[in-house]
Amino acid sequence: MRELSTPVSREEVLSLRAGEVVYLSGVIVTARDRAHRRALEEGQAPVSFNVIYHCGPLVRRRDDAWEVLSAGPTTSARMEPYLEQLLERFSTRLIIGKGGFSKAARGLLKKHACAYLAFTGGAGALAARAVKRVRGVHWLELGIPEALWVLEVERFGPLIVAMDAHGESVYQG
Amino acid sequence: MREQLVELIRLAVTSLPKEVEQALQQALEREKNSLAKLQLEVMLKNVAYARERSLPLCQDTGMPIFFVRGFSNLAEVVEELRQAVREATTRVPLRPSVVDALTRENTGDNTGEGVPVIHFLPGDEKSITFLAKGAGSENVSRAKMLPAREGVAGIKRFVVETLRSAGAKPCPPVIVGVGIGGTLEHAAMLAKEALLLPLGERNSREELSRLEQELLEEINALGIGAMGMGGNTTCLGVKVLTSACHTASLPVAVSVQCWAHRYARLRRVNEEWVVEQ
Repeated sequence: MRELSTPVSREEVLSLRAGEVVYLSGVIVTARDRAHRRALEEGQAPVSFNVIYHCGPLVRRRDDAWEVLSAGPTTSARMEPYLEQLLERFSTRLIIGKGGFSKAARGLLKKHACAYLAFTGGAGALAARAVKRVRGVHWLELGIPEALWVLEVERFGPLIVAMDAHGESVYQG
Repeated sequence: MREQLVELIRLAVTSLPKEVEQALQQALEREKNSLAKLQLEVMLKNVAYARERSLPLCQDTGMPIFFVRGFSNLAEVVEELRQAVREATTRVPLRPSVVDALTRENTGDNTGEGVPVIHFLPGDEKSITFLAKGAGSENVSRAKMLPAREGVAGIKRFVVETLRSAGAKPCPPVIVGVGIGGTLEHAAMLAKEALLLPLGERNSREELSRLEQELLEEINALGIGAMGMGGNTTCLGVKVLTSACHTASLPVAVSVQCWAHRYARLRRVNEEWVVEQ
């Protein structure tokens, strides 16, 4: 079992091996289809993409603060068409999601020193327990699930290194 | 009955039916693959935590679907269910996940053109079943008009191929509803309805019971495993519903449901509405 904190460096990513279990602390940002498209169209993002989380959280507004109630991963395959451009434009080191990418993505992750970590799909309540605070939200006009949510997490996991930066994967396909 | 409807939705999204939880527990006891075991453990831990805190177990509180039996005032029921979904969205709360199909603009309250999806069914007893259908599993569901000559072998090939190509996307271990016969839309409807049949109950038609068992074994033999981590549990159960069909047709639909199979029922018991799971 490994503990990691953000920002995650290239060296740290290269030390991760498929099948390892990781707990992550620090700042992560959620992004789904529409946020990927917008970031690539604009060529920039209002926040660091060091760690991207494929997630559309269930949130509640309490006075002036956002509260995260459930925040499990969404299906990563939907974001695969943006992966190549994303990795070319942003120095993303970790992508967290569920279900993984196809075999074709292994080379891209290797080339750009990025690892894919899987969290258990459907385990939204447990994921939200690891979220200590919402640091901010951008692009809310895309709708709550599609916005960029900047989340402060503490020991988020267990995350499985499902696809590492060496071309190895725990998935069959 | 607004209050009971909101409670129906709350119970469905915050609590997993006991028999699904038991099926996950049994899968964990059987599982040898350590990564798959870890996934099943996290699922069960999440179920307990969500139930204890009354939190939606998955952030995708899904497309709202109702199966309504025994009612005659359909227009009133539609309006009441729409209002209940709106209210549940702020009170439970639910994630606003419903958008216009073309502009993709979020409606903000989980209602929209034709949403919630409402199926009216005949019946002497009044009941309303709510099913929260997440997109990860709905997106890999399929319907096909098979050549009639392909028969049971063709049905099996189509169902297994649907699950093979779905891989880890629908959050396995999944529950699979299969609709056979009728027309394109009727087969799809039967597949959805099949998801609501009790997991542990045997199909009363011998050949369908055998088909369900064989499909379950073939899907588990794919080796996809919990969240795609491998191992021997890809599917918790297969349920089949059938309808007669045209002599030239063989419609088949496969409704894939994630392990977080969230549904609950409102029933009339001694003149009172009771929410049960």
